[in-house]
Amino acid sequence: MTERVFQIYRYDLDTGEKPRMQTLSVSLDGSERMLLDALMKLKAVDPTLSFRRSCREGVCGSDAMNINGKNGLACLTNMRTLKDPIVLKPLPGLPVVRDLIVDMTDFFKQYHSIKPYLVNDEIPPEKERLQSPEERDELNGLYECILCASCSTACPSFWWSPDRFVGPAGLLQAYRFIADSRDQDTGARLDNLEDPYRLFRCHTIMNCVDVCPKGLNPAGAIGKIKELMVRRAV
Amino acid sequence: MKDLAPRDFVSRCMDQEIKEGRGCGPDKEYIVLDMTHLGADTIMKRLPSVFEIGHNFANVDITKEPIPVVPTIHYQMGGVPTNVHGQVVAPKDGNPTAILHGLYAVGECSCVSVHGANRLGTNSLLDLLVFGRAAGHHIVKAAQGFGSHKALPPGAAEFTQARLARLQGSTSGEYAQDVANDLRKAMQAHAGVFRTQALMDEGVGKVKQLAERAKAIHLGDKSNVFNTARIEALEVDNLMESALATMVSAAARHECRGAHTVSDYERPIDDAAAPNGRNDAEWMRHTLWYSEGNRLDYKPVNLKPLSVESIPPKVRTF
Repeated sequence: MTERVFQIYRYDLDTGEKPRMQTLSVSLDGSERMLLDALMKLKAVDPTLSFRRSCREGVCGSDAMNINGKNGLACLTNMRTLKDPIVLKPLPGLPVVRDLIVDMTDFFKQYHSIKPYLVNDEIPPEKERLQSPEERDELNGLYECILCASCSTACPSFWWSPDRFVGPAGLLQAYRFIADSRDQDTGARLDNLEDPYRLFRCHTIMNCVDVCPKGLNPAGAIGKIKELMVRRAV
Repeated sequence: MKDLAPRDFVSRCMDQEIKEGRGCGPDKEYIVLDMTHLGADTIMKRLPSVFEIGHNFANVDITKEPIPVVPTIHYQMGGVPTNVHGQVVAPKDGNPTAILHGLYAVGECSCVSVHGANRLGTNSLLDLLVFGRAAGHHIVKAAQGFGSHKALPPGAAEFTQARLARLQGSTSGEYAQDVANDLRKAMQAHAGVFRTQALMDEGVGKVKQLAERAKAIHLGDKSNVFNTARIEALEVDNLMESALATMVSAAARHECRGAHTVSDYERPIDDAAAPNGRNDAEWMRHTLWYSEGNRLDYKPVNLKPLSVESIPPKVRTF
C-alpha cells in the first residue's frame, strides 16, 4: 500500500461557499494503475467529489482535467508518472459547474460551428462513397479526436475569446472535413473560417499539441487551413 | 484456432485454456495474444487503437511482444424490442409486435433482431447507423402528423419521484459502487462464456439478492448541482434490471444457441433434434422479460426479410 496525496479543487454552488483546494490522501494497493482508478477510490470515501467519467479507456473523452498543471485524461494518466501532491483542477478557461466539472457549452458551440459532418449534394451511390487508400490516409491524425477539450482549454487564445475563436479542437475537425476527398464544401468551410477571430487567433503557441492525450496535432491542421487560405487568395 | 471464428467460440477457447491451468502470469489468470507476425507496418496501419491500448494499459508494445488478454463482456445481445423503424414493440391482444406509439429505442439498448443469439463484428454499426437513421426519419415523419399530446395519466411521475425520494431519504446503507462491483462479479461467474444449468440457477438467486441490496443503497451526496453520486446510484438500479433480464432469460433457455453455451445441453453436430445443442423446434423464439413480476414470455422470430430472399437457418460450422 502506498499513500498518495491529492490537492483537489472543490466547488459546490449548493453550499454557497467559495471554491477551495482540498487536501486528501488515499492508500493505493498498486491495482489502481491510472489516475481515474485513484479518483474512484477517493469518491468511495467522499461521494460528493465530482468528476465526469464513462469509458475509462480514453475513448469517450469525459474525464479531461488539469493534472499537475497539464490538461489530460484521468483514465490515461498513469499514477507512476505523477508527483505528489497530485494537484487536480477543472479544465481552465471554461465556467466551473462543480469540482472538476466544467460547462462545455462554448466548446461544443465552436465545434458545431464548423459543420462537423460530410457535405456532399450528389445523389449517394448504391454502396459507399469510395476513397483511395491515399485519400483515406489524409484523415489519419484527424479523425481520432475524442472531443475531450484538453487542447482548447490549454490554449490562451481560446481562454481569451471562447465565444469567437474556434479553438484547436474545432479547427482540427474543420480540417478533417476539408481534407476529406468525399466532402464538397471546402470553399464554404474556408469562408466560414476567414475571420480575424475564428481562425487567425491561433498564434502557434502549441499548447494543444503538448497536451493532446491522443497524440494529435491541431496546430499542424490549423497551419494547413491557413495555407489553403493563402493559396486560394493568390 | 481459426482467424475468423465467432467471438463466442474464441472466448470459450480462451476461458478453457485459463480454467485448465494453461494460463500465463504468476496466477495463470490470462492468456497472451501474439500479433507480432503481422509486422509493425500492418499493426500501425490497421490496428492503431489496439496498439494504443497495449501501450497505455498493459505497458506492452504489440509490434514486438504478445499482450495479456481475457474474455470479457463487450455488447448486449438483446434489448428493448423494436421494429425496423426503431419503434418499441410489445405483445398486445394476440399481436406479438404491437407498436408502443411515441417510444423509440436505438443502438445497444435496442433489439431490432439483426443479431440473433450472437454478436458479430460491426453489428453495433448496423444498430446505430442504419436503424438510428431509420428511427430519425420515422420520428420526423410521425411528428409532422401530430396534433397534440395525449394527457398524461394521473401519477405518471410517481415511480420516478419515488426512486429519487428513496435515495434522498436514505440515512444508511451500502455504497452504490460496492453493489455494482458484486453484480459485475456475479454476472461474470454465472452468465459467463461457459454456462451450466446449476450455475445459472444459482446466478438467478444471487442477482435477486443483489437487487434487494440495491434497494437499500445509501446516497452519500444529497446536493442538487451535477450530482454524479445520484446518477451512479440510479445506474445501479438500471444495471439490476438488465442483469435480471439476462440471468432469468438465460436460465430458462434449455438449449445452446450462439453465445449461450450450456454444457448440460451440448450435443454433437449431427444430433437430429438439436445439432450443436441448438434446438430450433422448441427454442427458435425470442425471450421477453417483464420487470413487473419478473416474468417471461416468448415471441416468434421474424424469418422474412423485407426486400431480399429469406435464408433458412443452418447448422453453424466454420
